[in-house]
Amino acid sequence: MQTLEFEVGPCANPDRSIGSGLVGVVGSGNLEVLFEPADLNDKVKFVIATSVHGFDETWHAVTRSCAERYRLANLVITINDAGATPAVVSLRLMQAVEEFRGGL
Amino acid sequence: MSGAHKSFLERTARQRIADLLDADSFMEFLPPSERHFSPHLPVLGQPVAFDDGIVIGDGFLAGAKVLIAAQEPAFMGGSVGEIHGAKLTGLLERAVQQRPAAVLLLLDTGGVRLHEANAGLIAISEIQRAVFDVRQAGIPVIVLIGGSNGCYGGIGIVAKCCDHMIISEEGRLSVSGPEVIEAAKGVEEFDARDRALVWRTMGGKHRYLMGDADLIVPDDVNAFRDAAISLLGASRPLTLESVMQEHAALQDRMQRFSDCADATQIWQALGVADAKNVPLAEIPEFLEMSAHVRREEHA
Repeated sequence: MQTLEFEVGPCANPDRSIGSGLVGVVGSGNLEVLFEPADLNDKVKFVIATSVHGFDETWHAVTRSCAERYRLANLVITINDAGATPAVVSLRLMQAVEEFRGGL
Repeated sequence: MSGAHKSFLERTARQRIADLLDADSFMEFLPPSERHFSPHLPVLGQPVAFDDGIVIGDGFLAGAKVLIAAQEPAFMGGSVGEIHGAKLTGLLERAVQQRPAAVLLLLDTGGVRLHEANAGLIAISEIQRAVFDVRQAGIPVIVLIGGSNGCYGGIGIVAKCCDHMIISEEGRLSVSGPEVIEAAKGVEEFDARDRALVWRTMGGKHRYLMGDADLIVPDDVNAFRDAAISLLGASRPLTLESVMQEHAALQDRMQRFSDCADATQIWQALGVADAKNVPLAEIPEFLEMSAHVRREEHA
């Protein structure tokens, strides 16, 4: 297992309306994503536990791209990953934003 | 039945609960945000799930308060680890205190999680004891089986300790799974890759014909919901007499069918007219084929 922890942002014009919840399941090639609001001065904190070592840069790129696209702010996003591809990670993050938008 | 068809098999544990209970009535206990996950898996370098692969809570079913648990099929085969098992035991202990109309167990598991096997086995015995406490209190424990893992191992035993069982054709129930039997006894005894054989031997239709399952439904969450509603409030006596009767029935089964090499022969012996076509029949047709067996054998 490898654990990554980093902060992204803040971005311009942040969307502070996204609430908490869980999407996805820790199955092979899949992951679960937990969104939790937190006061982080509009930054987003990612805490990632992944079964695949050595993809730090890919994780940084995928999560930063998502945070910027959806103007995420004041969230702790915790991920349990069982070898999901970057595309699956993006889709799960997108799903979480769609499901939890307006949740605050 | 109400609403559009929604496959039970294809849904996650959370989706199954949401669709089975009255809309928006589910309240989760120990939700993922509380992070009650396995302490053993990180030590072994394995990913954890925040709910340890089981969702528990309370809600309403046709207006009646129920407690409910659903095993998540995709997380490590729905397997029972220490936390997973403790959540299930805790839910059952809560039922004794709160006296809901029923406890629903959506089981979808290969059994104990081998990564934490000792803790998992202890959990199974705790769950079993807790089931009996709930039954002793007169609260029905209803098992629903229709997931991709089937219901195997110690949880297969737990399932048969409960009051009622609802199963779909896709559901499977046994103790040792196909691969385990093949590994122990050889492919001549049981070919685990022969899916038709697996379903004839352990599948929902066979379990219904043998009287192990009380109701069989199509793979549809609404059908499971309707079946569970029909069983609300109906608890089975748990007495020495009822246990002795069960033992006698099992002994009778052993004697009657010990010469049968395949489930098809058992169905024939039970008087199913078109036994060879049992696996192909849709549920309504199958219910007609099996009605007299249920009436005469399992009334």
